[in-house]
Amino acid sequence: MNWLLEPWQYSFMQTGLLASALIGLACACLGVYVVLRRMAFLGDALAHTILPGVVAAYLTGFNLIAGALIAATLTALGIGWFSQRQTVREDTAIGIWFTGMFALGILLMSTVRSFRDFTHILFGNILGVSPDNLWVLAAITGLVLLTLALFHKELELTSFDPTHAELIGLRVDLVRYGLLLLLALTVVSGIQMVGVVLTSALLVTPAAAASLLSNRLPQMMALAAGIAVLSGVVGLYASYYFDVASGAAIVLACTACFGAAWLIHAYRRRVPR
Amino acid sequence: MNVFLPYTPHRHIEPVPGAPAVSVRLPRLRYPGTESLALRDIELTVPVGARVALVGPNGAGKSTLLKAIAGLLPVPEGEVLIYGRPLGGCRHRVAYLPQRHDIDWRFPVDVQRLVMTGRYVHLGWLRRPGPADHALVAQALEQLGLTALARRQIGELSGGQQQRALLARALAQDADLLLLDEPLNAVDADTRAVVSRVLAELQRRGKTVITATHDLGRLETDFDGAFYLCEGREEPAPPGAFTGLIVGRERPVSVAR
Repeated sequence: MNWLLEPWQYSFMQTGLLASALIGLACACLGVYVVLRRMAFLGDALAHTILPGVVAAYLTGFNLIAGALIAATLTALGIGWFSQRQTVREDTAIGIWFTGMFALGILLMSTVRSFRDFTHILFGNILGVSPDNLWVLAAITGLVLLTLALFHKELELTSFDPTHAELIGLRVDLVRYGLLLLLALTVVSGIQMVGVVLTSALLVTPAAAASLLSNRLPQMMALAAGIAVLSGVVGLYASYYFDVASGAAIVLACTACFGAAWLIHAYRRRVPR
Repeated sequence: MNVFLPYTPHRHIEPVPGAPAVSVRLPRLRYPGTESLALRDIELTVPVGARVALVGPNGAGKSTLLKAIAGLLPVPEGEVLIYGRPLGGCRHRVAYLPQRHDIDWRFPVDVQRLVMTGRYVHLGWLRRPGPADHALVAQALEQLGLTALARRQIGELSGGQQQRALLARALAQDADLLLLDEPLNAVDADTRAVVSRVLAELQRRGKTVITATHDLGRLETDFDGAFYLCEGREEPAPPGAFTGLIVGRERPVSVAR
């Protein structure tokens, strides 16, 4: 049993565990809405558009998280604005915007001699989270969970019946903007864990697995959170013992959980209770 | 009931005494972002307590007219008054029964929660449903014979049961004006019977009901008046068809236009 406990005597592992639990919680709970409202592509796009913000912050010596937050917020507002105008279809608008911003990030990166400095942005480095950043992560997770709890009935209604929401004067676009802002915050924290390229996996995979196992929303969120936190732990072990990239290990653990959920789902369908 | 943080301000405006439930004047109405006219030269007045049918083939503009009355479409030209007040002033008094495809039935909510959303207009931001809301929801479920299905996920219901759940929500909302878009379209005989009974009950309680339908069969028994629509315009009633209460501009004369 000693090998199970051994990693946690190091403070960087403890910080990593705490960080991955916080991030997993926020990503999984919000991810349920991302999956149910079919915003998966948007989550991925948000993660990618953050790149130039982070790189610019790095180059100017500005706080990285602050740079990411600014870029994510601008993107969230921009996408909301774009999709209301309907000049081009929303997914097209997102596709154009997200590749353009990502390319800008890469361009900025290439002005620096060493590409290596940015690998933790691209692929995440959960063990590199500083105790200071832990507070930021805690604040983001707290805000996400509090907002989801306080506006549960409005989020739910605008998701499955926007017409009724509009009828009673509930601003559907306002709720959507709020959700996009929360998504931006969550993506910024997810990037610390698995990086720009894989963040949407944290949003989508645990929530999708949970949606196969339950048809009650609160239960779905709890399950998704459990899967995300468990995957974080598995990823940390993997990187400790096998010296593999923690972000990739975490995402693969999520993928494995989805596979298991899918098998359970398929089994239940074949053998009705 | 006092709403703590209403979704829209000025929601609880009192009706103008003696005003009709609905008074619509729409010279031209387009769907946002489209060129063609969805409605033309519409004038419709529905007195309080009347049951009026909007009759016409598919694509005649019945749904559009209901949506305009419900405040779901911008009305740049003309006027829509509900109890004598402009749109948005009396939202809590208006219930709208959408066509079934407007709703994401795969979403993880149960029937009881769907019906509870009818109470949200009375709750506003942050407030949770209380005992009185739960009682009204239970009563509405009972009236539509859905009590046994209350905990089912909404996608597990049959089409007729889904339609009943939507009507239960409209009842739970406790509105005075109900706008029903094809409530009897493609439903089973059971649902037909339950829905007809509930509509009769609503009339006894003095509610105003406007129903879109393309079923000419039961107009005389189920409605007080009919408004005939074709290609976005009002039409005179076909010869021999039911007219009843006059709600539009057309007079029931069988003279060709």
